[in-house]
Amino acid sequence: MSVWDDLVGQEPTIETLSRAVRDEASMTHAWLFTGPPGSGRSNAARAFAAALQCAEGGCGQCRECRTALDGTHADVKVVATEGLSIKVEDTRALVQEAGLRPSVGAWRVIIVEDVDRLTERAADALLKALEEPTPRTVWLLCAPSLEDVIITIRSRSRHVRLRTPPVAAVAELLQRRDGIDGPMALYAARAAQSHIGLARRLARDDKARNRRHDTISLATRITGVGEAVLAADNLNKIAEEESVAASAERDAADKARLLETLGADPGARTQPPHIRSQLAALERDQKARAKRHIRDVIDRSLIDLASIYRDALVLRIGSDVELVNPDAIDKVRGLATLSSAEQLLGHLDAISEARERINANVPPLLALEAMALQLRVPRNLGI
Amino acid sequence: MTAAELSPLTLISGPEEVLVERELTSLVGRARDAAMEVVRIDAAGYEPGSLLMHASPSLFGGATFIIVRGLHEASDELQDDLLSLLAAPAEDVFLLVTHASGQRGKRVLDALKKQRARVVTCPAIKNDRDKSDFVQQEFSRARRRISSDGVRALVEAVGRDVSELAAACAQLIADTEGLVTEAVVDTYHGGKVDATGFRVADAAIAGNTPEALRLLRHAIASGLDPVPIVAVLASQLRGLIKVGSAGRGSPEQLASSVGMAPWQVKRARAALSHWSSEGLATALQAVAAADFAVKGGGRDPVYAVERAILTITGARSSA
Ligand SMILES: [Zn+2]
Repeated sequence: MSVWDDLVGQEPTIETLSRAVRDEASMTHAWLFTGPPGSGRSNAARAFAAALQCAEGGCGQCRECRTALDGTHADVKVVATEGLSIKVEDTRALVQEAGLRPSVGAWRVIIVEDVDRLTERAADALLKALEEPTPRTVWLLCAPSLEDVIITIRSRSRHVRLRTPPVAAVAELLQRRDGIDGPMALYAARAAQSHIGLARRLARDDKARNRRHDTISLATRITGVGEAVLAADNLNKIAEEESVAASAERDAADKARLLETLGADPGARTQPPHIRSQLAALERDQKARAKRHIRDVIDRSLIDLASIYRDALVLRIGSDVELVNPDAIDKVRGLATLSSAEQLLGHLDAISEARERINANVPPLLALEAMALQLRVPRNLGI
Repeated sequence: MTAAELSPLTLISGPEEVLVERELTSLVGRARDAAMEVVRIDAAGYEPGSLLMHASPSLFGGATFIIVRGLHEASDELQDDLLSLLAAPAEDVFLLVTHASGQRGKRVLDALKKQRARVVTCPAIKNDRDKSDFVQQEFSRARRRISSDGVRALVEAVGRDVSELAAACAQLIADTEGLVTEAVVDTYHGGKVDATGFRVADAAIAGNTPEALRLLRHAIASGLDPVPIVAVLASQLRGLIKVGSAGRGSPEQLASSVGMAPWQVKRARAALSHWSSEGLATALQAVAAADFAVKGGGRDPVYAVERAILTITGARSSA
């Protein structure tokens, strides 16, 4: 057993990182992990942190390993953004922490999960720390791709690129780690297009499977203008509901924790002004988090929706690439007979255009409507 | 007013803050009139045991009105304390619980209902139909009248935010006399960006290109943000598509199925006689493109909105 066990399909990365652990000459003070969503960027960073703290170079069992992996190690700080951006105040606090010597471990490790979400000023603050490294401090920065990270940060860190793991490797991980049976693991790994976290959820949660099924079914059902607008409304509503369900409990816990930290009386009829303003700030953050969550959920469902057109295109041009949706083969065939390759490409473009628009802050409903109108098919295939 | 007129158990159920606040204010007022001690407990940050402490008889006698806000986010400890209080009701303790939505707190909800708590519902005010109804209720509660075009103008001008809508109603009720009409609403809220957006959208959908462009340029020149104007264009076209594909039925029936107010359905139907569904599709797509341009995807956001308007009026006449 080792800390690298769950990092499936990333052999070259594991090799690089273990070498840096073994040999301090290959070590550097800033690393940049990139890779598609679900490839395990932040898991790789945590595993690296554990290996750096562990006396055995990442046994996966000792106290150092376990606490580094679950985020409770005193010298491993994990920064995960839940808002839309990381602010300069947060970064300054991090930089300050980075200047301290490790308290119990061999290294002080700071993991920033979404370095692509740094505001410009926050990036400047971070840059100072990267330019003047502290001896036993190491920064592990994560982002979807190099292009998402400003160049000054890129040029001051060593790049580690994770690849999309093979479907079989993800399926094997689900079986081994989560005890999911073979056929389900394979279905989930394929349907999630190797996104490990999503695959796990699809395998475990039949509601998630149903939602995915409903989403890809849209491809063969939207015929009229009214139906397109309705379909967009549904996609949007499902995402909003999922977001509310996911955040209600957490929001309440955050508020309780904040009141406790501030030493405020939770039962007070009106809170003093300084506490009120902190509460208002928390509510703003929570709203931003909910908004981002809705957008993330919609983005995931658009990736699902695109997969059925991509499969139809694979059939249409007679390529022997593996399908993402072999379980929905009649829909795929139906689409492939109904549409030309050019039309299928047009549908795929409409979906990526919607993703781009939502990413640029267009209201999701409007972007989805424009997309759904372009996904209309001449007749309902009834499948 | 005596304490006896307050229900010993009240449940305020539903997410609409404006309605919840109003009910709370009125009940707290009654409790104070009855010289009751009012205790507020927030579910977030609840300290176990404090509910029962407040519910224990006070040295000085007298009744206590306990308000527990946010059962939907209550910890297990708070729920347990509520259940023990409900299992052994203390004399002279009046309990009010608010619950916005969801499954959390279900055991307490069941216990409250079983003990015949008075239930006040505060459903979410979401679509324009709900908002119109809300405005009508606000005015009839104050024994005032507002015309149907007055309701429309008010919802259009400030309806995006329910608390703003409530405040606008209160202001009109306090500051005006007699029937409140569209003209009265316009004097108070006519310059608001949303109202402008509706005028631009009305002109564009009616195919009046020069008027739509003139209103748009005027709005931009006076410093209004194009984003909400685009949002109104989208919502009006969306409404047309929904009404157009909803089939027959009275405006009232249709209103509830498409989440619009009856007057909106009537207006949409009148406009639809000049529109094909294909034309509406083109128009809505143009608005989405304009929104993207306004949000930074294009070089000239104002030009993007103008082009969307030209596309909309063009899609209409080609119908
Ligand atoms: Zn270890």
